[in-house]
Amino acid sequence: MLRIEAVDAGYGRAQVLRRFSLEVAAGEVLCLLGRNGAGKTTLMRAIMGHLPLMGGAIRLEGVELSALPPHEVPRQGVGYVPQGRRLFGDLTVAQNLAIGLMARGQGEETREWVLGLFPRLRERLGQRARTLSGGEQQMLATARALCLRPRLLLMDEPTEGLQPSMIEAIRQVVARMRDEGVGILLVEQRIDAVLAIADRVAFIENGRGGEVVPAEQLRRDHALVERYLGV
Amino acid sequence: MEFGPYLMLATLEGAVSAAVLALTAVGLSLVFGVMRVVNVAHGEFFMLGAVVAWTVAHWLGGHPALGFALALVVAPVAVGGLAAVADWLVLKRIGYDPERTIVATIGLLYIIQQGALMGFGPEARPVEPPFNTRLALPWIEWGEEGLRLVWPWGLATTSYKLFVILAAAAVLLGVWALMARSRAGLVMQATREDREMALAFAIPVGRVYAGVFGLGAGLAALAAVLIVPIQQAHYLMGGDPLLLSFIVVIIGGLGSLPGTVLAAVLIGLTDGIVSVFFSPTLAKILATLLVAMVLVFRPQGLFGSTAR
Ligand SMILES: Nc1ncnc2c1ncn2[C@@H]1O[C@H](COP(=O)(O)OP(=O)(O)OP(=O)(O)O)[C@@H](O)[C@H]1O
Ligand SMILES: [Mg+2]
Repeated sequence: MLRIEAVDAGYGRAQVLRRFSLEVAAGEVLCLLGRNGAGKTTLMRAIMGHLPLMGGAIRLEGVELSALPPHEVPRQGVGYVPQGRRLFGDLTVAQNLAIGLMARGQGEETREWVLGLFPRLRERLGQRARTLSGGEQQMLATARALCLRPRLLLMDEPTEGLQPSMIEAIRQVVARMRDEGVGILLVEQRIDAVLAIADRVAFIENGRGGEVVPAEQLRRDHALVERYLGV
Repeated sequence: MEFGPYLMLATLEGAVSAAVLALTAVGLSLVFGVMRVVNVAHGEFFMLGAVVAWTVAHWLGGHPALGFALALVVAPVAVGGLAAVADWLVLKRIGYDPERTIVATIGLLYIIQQGALMGFGPEARPVEPPFNTRLALPWIEWGEEGLRLVWPWGLATTSYKLFVILAAAAVLLGVWALMARSRAGLVMQATREDREMALAFAIPVGRVYAGVFGLGAGLAALAAVLIVPIQQAHYLMGGDPLLLSFIVVIIGGLGSLPGTVLAAVLIGLTDGIVSVFFSPTLAKILATLLVAMVLVFRPQGLFGSTAR
């Protein structure tokens, strides 16, 4: 469903992504692995239209995302859980969700569904987002993106700094979205977390695409991980 | 007149300036808060509001209340629209870069000012107040038989001045409701906090910016319509409101609406009182000193939170 075709992108004259290509299918979890500074977040931002492309194209089911103004990208059904959460910290939990719901005109039904996935948020609807605990903030960042009823979900290190029970909660939501046919592009550093959820794994190195392999193969072939991550 | 009644008179005059200043400064603060840019042309939008008010009243003729009522609507809408166009034509092109925006709005300032000079002329032109009943005010005094009301000669205000205070308060309440209670307010707050995340949630940030810039200018224009029956319209009248708005926004805490209103009341009242008892120049000196102190000792503003 998502086709990233030979994308060049970067900041000013500093090019980060170099002819990067990747495809994500509906109903799969594709994990993107790469070292710090490899360009993972840059790729996410390029998909969202926050960075102009210097070359290549990004398409979602035939619609060229990279030709749309940035605020139209989420309307195509792209949900974004950014690195570092980036909640609207002065706004309450309820208001953060309201902004997510507004993006694609979702109503009460979606709100209830999302709060059903994250019951802890229901108890904190009136609380300012910046006063939530780290785990709760990550839940809210995920919930906010799900409020769009996305077809494609971009998640940038959603388990950063979370304890195992939280990671498991996020993993369950990701698995559920996949089973509902959502395509998920997940950036993840922790190899165990990747193996627990990924269908396929793609590598990125210095902004260039590397091998794309089934997660199965990674479980057997540790040399691959060593080569890209140096672990 | 004795000191007590005199002070009361000065306070009332100060309250009128405070009301108008609060409206103007809230406009500036809104633009800074949401867009993170400093609009140096803000005072010129104020001036344009007064000029439009005079033009509308002059063109319509008849009872002054008619022209005034029409100006209350036409001036903010016309000036706000012009500002939105300026945003799209100029600020958007330079990517809202903070420094370049300052230079660009200085340019805007001169264009608007010279435009007004050419179109409106160098004269100060009065607008008649829609109503202007003199209201004598009582004072409480100790007499031989205890407390009693007296009516000191010269202690009076006008119905129009009271109207200015009430109207400004009502508009400020409206702005607060817009920001805190409406969808548009939610969208503006989200944009203000994280522009990129706002985009990621389908908020058309460009349109929000144009709207906020227009709203800020419209508030300045509205403030000018309210004051022009007391002060007259003149093409150079934008300087003082700009300076005082800056002072208020800095003292109140950049981008904090309640802080801005409180600071406007503080500055407006002291300005009124000091001007009456001493001199307007001393009042400006004191306000500027206060800003310097705030910048040194409490850069987040008297009412701003330490968080930003
Ligand atoms: N706003 C920016 N301006 C200039 N350079 C940037 C900017 N953001 C990122 N970069 C550079 O682009 C490169 C890729 O950064 P990116 O954030 O995409 O890496 P990443 O793979 O997400 O790393 P991490 O695992 O640490 O999150 C880095 O060299 C970084 O310094
Ligand atoms: Mg990153």
